[in-house]
Amino acid sequence: MKAQDTAQKWTSSVNSVTIGATSADGGTRGKTVAIGGAKCAPWLAYEGDLGRRPAVAIEIWDHVQDGWPEELAKHYGDVMNDPAAWATRAAGFGADLICLRLMGAHPDGANRSPKEAAAAVKAVLEAADLPLIVLGCGVNEKDNDVLPACTQAAAGENCLFGTALEKNYRTLVAACLADGHKLIAESPLDINIAKQVNILAHDVGYPLENIVIYPTTASLGYGLEYVYSIMERGRLAGLGGDPLLRQPVMCDVGIEAWRTKEANASEQTLPGYGPADKRGPLWETLTATNHLMAGAELIVVRHPETVKNTQAAIDVLCG
Amino acid sequence: MYIIGERLNGMFMNVRAAIEQRDRQVIHDLVKAQLDGGANALDLNVGPAAGNAAENMIWLVETAREATDASLWIDTPKWSVVQEVIPRTPGKKAINSTKADEEALEKYIGLAAGHGAGVIALTIDKAGVPNDAEKRIELGALILTKAMEGGLPIEDLYIDPIILPVNVAPAQPKNVLEAVRQLATFSDPPPHLVIGLSNLSQKCSNNHLINRTFLAMAMAAGLDSAILDPCDVELVNTAITTELLLGKAIYCDGFLEAYRLQSRG
Repeated sequence: MKAQDTAQKWTSSVNSVTIGATSADGGTRGKTVAIGGAKCAPWLAYEGDLGRRPAVAIEIWDHVQDGWPEELAKHYGDVMNDPAAWATRAAGFGADLICLRLMGAHPDGANRSPKEAAAAVKAVLEAADLPLIVLGCGVNEKDNDVLPACTQAAAGENCLFGTALEKNYRTLVAACLADGHKLIAESPLDINIAKQVNILAHDVGYPLENIVIYPTTASLGYGLEYVYSIMERGRLAGLGGDPLLRQPVMCDVGIEAWRTKEANASEQTLPGYGPADKRGPLWETLTATNHLMAGAELIVVRHPETVKNTQAAIDVLCG
Repeated sequence: MYIIGERLNGMFMNVRAAIEQRDRQVIHDLVKAQLDGGANALDLNVGPAAGNAAENMIWLVETAREATDASLWIDTPKWSVVQEVIPRTPGKKAINSTKADEEALEKYIGLAAGHGAGVIALTIDKAGVPNDAEKRIELGALILTKAMEGGLPIEDLYIDPIILPVNVAPAQPKNVLEAVRQLATFSDPPPHLVIGLSNLSQKCSNNHLINRTFLAMAMAAGLDSAILDPCDVELVNTAITTELLLGKAIYCDGFLEAYRLQSRG
């Protein structure tokens, strides 16, 4: 018996977004990274073009107040307060981009000034020539002070800046427009708000085709299934032609995976869970690959081993 | 919802005057206003304008085409006009309309298939507009069969089950709903189902309210397109909201704007 053809016909495709600018485009990156472009549901190549290869970004911070889990500190401990040195090291692990999270600006931490944050962005751009993602510290008022200084410091580099929120988007959107950067639009696991943030950004003049959706990420074991279903709904609507859901998707895997006890607890704390040096990267890798299966185009991770594993998984998926 | 704008019709005094005086600006403005309102296609009807109907229509087609790539629906009861105008209409187009008798269907479908045009077929035969749902369905089946025989792609076929003014024919809205419901199950994908909405409320008070209420009901039954006034904001909002409630769009607070963004492409 002939199997029924289940391929869907899609009328639309995922937008392509390019991050980074080489000297040809007025920047100083060694290369650019383009994501998106799929004309099929995630990895269903029989429906249409898979689009561009998903990209892996490696996360660094401008300043670490309370340390990172030991398994990560093993690799970065000596450079954790030198973003340039950290960027140089991270760039050697095989990621496509660097993701700088400006946690040093956090009011409960070092509470660094916009000027200091901008200097960190500059230092990272000078130390490594990979395209750059810059994330705020997550406190709206502070990010609104800090991020415009950073977009300006990185003008011409076509970075990806985040995040624009439903209740806090105007400052970052205006800064990205003025300094020519791509924009991350964040929504709290809510497809309705994912659309709404995009329409708000559009209303103040930001091009929809320069947006990357960050639908919120969950670690393996901590609600990943729900993220999957939200990403799936959004992608199917985007492929069906919804211009507010055609954007490629970023997943912030490292911060979520390394929050979990499964990834970061020592063998003394969790006897029977297996060796910590394998367990953490594995937990992060599985979180990353699951989000790839859901259609993520851009994955942010922390551990060098995860970068390697995720790239290997992408190699397999892309055939 | 596929919206066909009804405003480029010689029954409107300003359009009639524009056709007679060859005033392109009036036409361009009406094209833009309708597209901005949410129209996906534009119905063109020269109405009672003085002069040669075919020449008037060709001028109207050319003038509208200067302002849009949207599908132009050539709305005339005269076969001779259709025959002359369709080959001279560049881009996307449809014939509005043919009745459901075999000879006419073959003629219109043949012309449309030959020019990549859509066809609107009315569920009217020599006996006139049916009084019930059953006859509408029967004629719909005939239309569908003839379209398949004539090689017309199903996506180019629009069946119009004919809505009459509710003040004159009070039982007909219900019959149309039933016909739409059944015709929507005739094939997969189904033929497009269209109505000329404004006819429902001719010479009625509260005509806008009547139109938008019925539009929501008909869409729920399976109607996927309508000839209507896209400049009636509340009417288009009703269509957008109905699609949302039918699960055809994902909600966001700005869902009205989101739809318009999408329909503008």
